[in-house]
Amino acid sequence: MPDGVIGTGIGAVVKRVEDFRFLTGNGNYTDDINRPGQTYAYMLRSPHAHATINSIDTAVAEAAPGVVAVFTGDDMQVGGLPCGWQIHSEDGSPMHEPPHPSLAQGKVRHVGDQVAVVIAETLEQAKTAATLINIDYGILPAVMDMKAAEAGGTLVHEEIETNKCYDWGIGDKSAVDEALASSAHITEIDIVNNRLIPNAMEPRAAVAEFNKATSEYTVYTTSQNPHVIRLLMGAFVLSVPEHKLRIIAPDVGGGFGSKIFLYAEETIITWASTKVGRPIKWTAERSESFMTDAHGRDHVTHAKLGMDENGIFTALKVETYANMGAYLSTFATSVPTYLYATLLAGVYKTPVIYANVKAIFTNTVPVDAYRGAGRPEASYLLERIVDRAAREMGIEQVDIRQRNMISADAFPYQTPVALEYDSGDYQATLASAMKLAETSGFDLRKKESQARGKKRGIGYSTYIEACGIAPSAVAGALGARAGLYESAEVRVHPTGSVTVFTGSHSHGQGHETTFAQIVSEQLGIPIENIEINHGDTGNVQFGMGTYGSRSLAVGGEALLRATNKIIDKASKIAAHCLEAAVDDIEFKEGNFTVSGTDKSMAFGEVALTAYVPHNFPHDELEPGLDETAFYDPANFTFPGGCHICEVEIDPETGVTEVKNFTAVDDIGRVINPMIVEGQVHGGVAQGIGQALLEGCSYDSDGQLLTGSYMDYTMPRADNVPNFKVGTQSTLCTHNTLGVKGVGEVGAIGSPPAVINAIVDALSDMGVTDISMPATPSKVWQSIQSAKASS
Amino acid sequence: MHDFNYHKTSNIEEAVKVHMGAEDGTYMAGGQTLLPTLKQRLAAPTDIIDIAGVTELNTITVSDDVSLGSMATHASVANSSEVSSAIPALATLAAGIGDPQVRNRGTIGGSVANNDPAADYPAACLALNATITTNRRKIVADDFFTGMFETALEENELITSVSFPKPDKAAYMKFPNPASRYAIVGVFVALFGTDVRVAVTGAGDNGVFRPTEIENSLSSSFTASALDDTTISPDDLLSDIHAQSDYRASLIITMAKRAVAAAS
Amino acid sequence: MPTVTMRVNGKTVSGEVEARTLLVQFLREHLRLTGTHVGCDTSQCGACVVHVDGNSAKSCTMLAVQAIDADITTIEGLADGETLHPMQEAFRNNHGLQCGFCTPGMVMSAVDLVNKNPTASETEIREWLEGNICRCTGYHNIVKSIQEAAENVGG
Repeated sequence: MPDGVIGTGIGAVVKRVEDFRFLTGNGNYTDDINRPGQTYAYMLRSPHAHATINSIDTAVAEAAPGVVAVFTGDDMQVGGLPCGWQIHSEDGSPMHEPPHPSLAQGKVRHVGDQVAVVIAETLEQAKTAATLINIDYGILPAVMDMKAAEAGGTLVHEEIETNKCYDWGIGDKSAVDEALASSAHITEIDIVNNRLIPNAMEPRAAVAEFNKATSEYTVYTTSQNPHVIRLLMGAFVLSVPEHKLRIIAPDVGGGFGSKIFLYAEETIITWASTKVGRPIKWTAERSESFMTDAHGRDHVTHAKLGMDENGIFTALKVETYANMGAYLSTFATSVPTYLYATLLAGVYKTPVIYANVKAIFTNTVPVDAYRGAGRPEASYLLERIVDRAAREMGIEQVDIRQRNMISADAFPYQTPVALEYDSGDYQATLASAMKLAETSGFDLRKKESQARGKKRGIGYSTYIEACGIAPSAVAGALGARAGLYESAEVRVHPTGSVTVFTGSHSHGQGHETTFAQIVSEQLGIPIENIEINHGDTGNVQFGMGTYGSRSLAVGGEALLRATNKIIDKASKIAAHCLEAAVDDIEFKEGNFTVSGTDKSMAFGEVALTAYVPHNFPHDELEPGLDETAFYDPANFTFPGGCHICEVEIDPETGVTEVKNFTAVDDIGRVINPMIVEGQVHGGVAQGIGQALLEGCSYDSDGQLLTGSYMDYTMPRADNVPNFKVGTQSTLCTHNTLGVKGVGEVGAIGSPPAVINAIVDALSDMGVTDISMPATPSKVWQSIQSAKASS
Repeated sequence: MHDFNYHKTSNIEEAVKVHMGAEDGTYMAGGQTLLPTLKQRLAAPTDIIDIAGVTELNTITVSDDVSLGSMATHASVANSSEVSSAIPALATLAAGIGDPQVRNRGTIGGSVANNDPAADYPAACLALNATITTNRRKIVADDFFTGMFETALEENELITSVSFPKPDKAAYMKFPNPASRYAIVGVFVALFGTDVRVAVTGAGDNGVFRPTEIENSLSSSFTASALDDTTISPDDLLSDIHAQSDYRASLIITMAKRAVAAAS
Repeated sequence: MPTVTMRVNGKTVSGEVEARTLLVQFLREHLRLTGTHVGCDTSQCGACVVHVDGNSAKSCTMLAVQAIDADITTIEGLADGETLHPMQEAFRNNHGLQCGFCTPGMVMSAVDLVNKNPTASETEIREWLEGNICRCTGYHNIVKSIQEAAENVGG
């Protein structure tokens, strides 16, 4: 790694270059884009969770003012939306993959399922016409409860003859059963990981147009990974080759996973754009987001943790039901398997672990990755059961963790659930977090709360996660139907300025700044001379996109490698011009110098030479200075850390206030500390949201009860405190940058810290558990139940 | 939203006249409840009669009582030093309605006429025994709120002002719905000499109501501890995903106690 | 169709709209001022906040016809050319934005707060932001930004 030479390199607090446009209203989001002759699409959605469509009559709607076309499933006979990861059950059979049509084919399977699309001159006309479509539904019972659904009865998909998508396992079951049988104590827990609705502030939207002259489609869409959308929509659904399908994800207003997936609506309007011969815009209303954006989490788990008489973990056995919803969303199947069960060792030396996961179809919105994706479910389960084990064993919370932690000298560490951790120092992050949280003063603070009639509690979470799923070969062997590399092209212009084309999309993460910092550091040029270009399949060579905290660890490393190729070539050009051997050329602070001399060439001079190759080593090199790297990592990265939460509960109302929240995370090398802190803040707020506020709720008929901000509680400014955030890093050992990833740590580490704090606060009243979200009503009810049973 | 005829009016007489001539007209004050309703296509009036230009309805007058013109915004009531010194609880209540943007446009007239079961102002009206003045008559609060989203207002009738007698002591305590921030329970307590009036919003299955159990207990002693043994039956209370009826019943007592303790 | 005339960011503008046209639709679709966003349909998220006669308001909960003759300021009207308004500058300095979608409404709301209460405490700032939802920042840096702007404005 070159040394930091100018103030915009790695490790610098650089103000974001993207902010000026966002702050002045010049962001360019999908709904801001309008195309000449544009029409508007409105999706008519199922009001029922489960019903057959006996007939649809669109005649009146088609004749309504302004209507351009109405299409139903009968009209749209194309491929279904594909699932990108095939899981095999424990018995070796492949998972069940029922069809996932964009427009319903004879049956609707969740409230919000697309039944018809109305395309009209204005949105209001389309909406009005949609009310004139007459549908005869045959209402069926809604499949809602996962355990009942597993047993059979009403089927979400008759053609697969079961509601179970797969029945998967990992680990040595008989070794676990044996170890549990000989354990001194077994702690058991039933855990529900509550279903969440992602709620990026920008609703999903798309604008699609078809150019008859060139037979090319251009689709603007709210995506975290436009190339993946191009591949899935083009190859699997519409049979359009990639060179005729351009996907542009312009400024995207947050994703959190929900904008990874290929959705029906963007597919429908792209298909329809050829039929109507005009551009079509579709923008979700928030109420549509609630019933169509892939939801997150939704696990029901029973787990057993065995211990010896000293509280040393002997075995962990986990049985999880994972809700898939009505259809398989793009990466749904990988979330409760390879992103969840493989993390069940956590930061602990548990010698044997077995997990079984049953994925179940229900008449609900599809469930897929949401910030953390599988890993929050794992950390919540582990840190709750460890918390309970400590209470049952009479061991302090910090002590039981320290006794069982993988020690800093044990890396690389092979877990019993497939992963090999490369680096970490869990004792150090714990110690650092305790210091920052001033845990030694907790008892005093608790007394002070008591004096005001409040219950104070403290909760710990020492977690690990895995980012940048890799390598492709291993992922492929486990069922991934895509590669998991990333690409970067570094195009040096003749005057020495640089355009980077990256497959990592930025929708809030600040890549336009941090990726420029990497280039600035590498090439020794100021970031004003660097442009980061992303999001357009017409510009960017290829990309797997942004999710799973992979941008820096995979995309950033690809960028670093591309800049290394630039430096290699530029060094050769400089050597030629300076009449020196390449080995004698040193590149530092943007200058190529013949070592031991004052002969040098600035980076810009070399760039100019590359494009004006009058004095150029033509026999050895081609002109130009433009390099591309594809990087396929050797392993996951493993960020981890310690989150400590202090809550204060008003026992009369059940209101929980987060008084202090401390997060110390090991995320590897930090490129921009300001952005890192911001990522942690946002993730922790979402974690506090999951723990205290957010919970998707359906009634037994499959009606969504939390379908707007009137009923789904979003964290607001007065729900969260100022956060204490720190980093305590060990470097990733298998990428040059030493980076691990930070996007999800906040959402992964925080929920168990909050719930453990609540249980701690109420433990003297006899409360041993509380489910998420721990709303005032729920806290009050558990206090009442505890009082009644004491 | 369905389209409609829009009428901007500048005096009461004109507004009422336009309303009478409309097939299915509705007055619009700040529009902070009406517009969300229309956007969801839950209502489809043929005519909207905008009374924001009726400047005579904007007044805030404090004398023997506090008289708020129906177009007085929540922000103007919250920020009125006269209201704050005459009935501090009323200013506090207005400062807690919705969010700042709603308060900048929402009005007392709109709130009272709508009688949302989770709205704040109806609690103040009932507890303070307010008089609602319309273009036709005066109606006391006890007769005005007739049920959930129901009032004594007749077709075309327009609220012009709401007058609040000054209590010796009063306070309003709201326990908000965590999602919508509307009241799950809002309790307004008021002491006039030896008379105690209490009103509860957000909790009753028939809208705002006076809890006689609490009024009786507080009449003997206007102290929080007077409510130590008072209970409210959950039978006629709302129950939803945010709060079961027994929780609401408990919150009513807790909020009433806190209101009494805070009353000034 | 009604004709509406109003001042937007200091310029007089007019247009023919259906009565049901929301102010935010008029701004985005007629005037192409797309900095003001729509993030919900229940008047809660605040991405659409603009100033109407100096007070913050949700432009999704206001008809264009209600703004006739009003003075409207949108996010596009806040900076003075390349010079950011102190609130915009503070958001940039303190990383008070990530995806940028809630930002215009958040900034307009914050400007109204500091205009009215230049010495707002952290609690008052957090309470004021009840009508503005952000999913990215966890609010920490938004609060910090507003505090810095308030100081710089001389509160």
